[in-house]
Amino acid sequence: MDLVTEITILVLAAFVGFEVISKVPATLHTPLMSQTNAIHGIVVLGGLIVIGYADAPLDYVIGLLAIIFGTINIVGGFMVTDRMLEMFGGKKKNRSDSGEDHE
Amino acid sequence: MVAAALDPGSAPVGLLYILSFSLFIYGIRLGTHPTTARRGNGIAAIGMAVAVATTLALQGIGNWWVIIVGIAVGTAIGAVASKRVQMTGMPQMVALYNGLGGGAIALIAWAEYRHWIVEDFGVPADELIPTLLAMVIGSISFWGSNVAFGKLQELIPSQPLKVPGQQVINALLLVGLIAACVYLGISNGPGELNEPIFILCLVGAAVLGVMVVMPIGGADMPVVISLLNAFTGLSAAAAGIALDNTALIVGGTLVGSSGTILTLEMANAMNRSVPNILFAGFGSAGGGPVASGEERPYRSMNAQDAAIQLAYADSVVIVPGYGLAVAQAQHAVREMADELESKGVKVSYAIHPVAGRMPGHMNVLLAEADVPYEQLREMDEINPELPQTDVCVVIGANDVTNPAAKTDEESPIYGMPIIEVDEAQQVLVLKRSMSPGFAGIDNDLFYHPKTAMVFGDAKATVSEIVSELGNL
Repeated sequence: MDLVTEITILVLAAFVGFEVISKVPATLHTPLMSQTNAIHGIVVLGGLIVIGYADAPLDYVIGLLAIIFGTINIVGGFMVTDRMLEMFGGKKKNRSDSGEDHE
Repeated sequence: MVAAALDPGSAPVGLLYILSFSLFIYGIRLGTHPTTARRGNGIAAIGMAVAVATTLALQGIGNWWVIIVGIAVGTAIGAVASKRVQMTGMPQMVALYNGLGGGAIALIAWAEYRHWIVEDFGVPADELIPTLLAMVIGSISFWGSNVAFGKLQELIPSQPLKVPGQQVINALLLVGLIAACVYLGISNGPGELNEPIFILCLVGAAVLGVMVVMPIGGADMPVVISLLNAFTGLSAAAAGIALDNTALIVGGTLVGSSGTILTLEMANAMNRSVPNILFAGFGSAGGGPVASGEERPYRSMNAQDAAIQLAYADSVVIVPGYGLAVAQAQHAVREMADELESKGVKVSYAIHPVAGRMPGHMNVLLAEADVPYEQLREMDEINPELPQTDVCVVIGANDVTNPAAKTDEESPIYGMPIIEVDEAQQVLVLKRSMSPGFAGIDNDLFYHPKTAMVFGDAKATVSEIVSELGNL
């Protein structure tokens, strides 16, 4: 793919990102950050690609670390975001009436 | 290993990546409302699964044992960490994850560079330059985030740490780094690639990351964390260009946008520019009347009287700050609000955008304690209602309530939008002692005639108020 096409994609993605993310209310800023933490775990793709041409021992160490870091981001990021958003769900509306109705 | 390996440049791969980043965008889009955000997160996770599965099916993917070990170890660590982390520890976790992302990118850039050295065909500039960018920004982000993590976890002092001549050192470091990268960028012919200088750049960027974050005080952390988030995103996008991978480009750019928006919002909420936060440690801005040491009269109150005052109010606004997180007082505060509501008092919470150590920190803590999000009010929304509010309860917040920000042009925080607690009829301030906030700025609110100080640990004090309310 040529550079101009890639920059085109980047610029359009930036505008989409600004549009969508500026609508996220302040209440949800922490989950937004941990979710974007998970999304930048996408760098694991880079790790998966570069490990393919590893040959010196150092290449293996570098590639392995990159894959571990990226996977922690993905798994940890999505799971912790889910934990947080579960609390925001508003499904615990029954709090003042002694908890008998479970919505 | 995979029978039908896919050509990285082929249409199916491109289409699967488009599916993957569309799911990211849709997932974030659902994140704009608390009731749909959780589903959005799941959808973004499916997008990630599509991207990873597609990549694993590409031609040239090899060394499967490394991949399997890496994914297994990463999954185990990520899963355990996400289960164990407490909601009060979210800023640390986010800082650490930012760092891991940046570190992964710097490592990938390094691996890519080493691969080119082995191939020795020379490298086109449109692959080399994004790789260098990814390396530098990734390394800054990794080390800067680690320092931020250390500060939040209190492994290193959270006060601004300054070395004399720091600005000059940073500037020289930056110039040297740029020069070395330009050298690497033009040495792209066969036999010209230079790994020692590449490593030097990695290390130089690391030192710069540490030097930039080290002098930043705890209360500026929301800005720093957001900025590092943006950096990690941008470096991922750069790596995506180097590796011709659209999912990486779009994913990284989305994160970059998010980090940039949050950085600007946080800086706005402090009425300071981003360079000012990064390069001028707080309090060094001007002389300003920092805590003068002279004794000024103030009024203190015990929990019992505070409970009575609250019980007879019609409306109460709770203003939480970092102290609430430190004391883990969110559940006790919720109980207090419940007691008050059962007595017919209208309770809401006023959240300053930079309260706590990261964007939205207070909201997460209060959500953990099951406070309905309708009761969480943003600063601009609640300020006009404060003059009609009977009692404001400030719990562990300080600078975000300091009226000097509105009135005293000499104050280092002059111009910062605040929660106008001083407009309310009565104010209760729950605080450990009269010691000033992180920047050593005296808070006139504490000496105001309508303010009463309730000293003690926030959680203990609030629990005491709850039991007193129960007795009324």
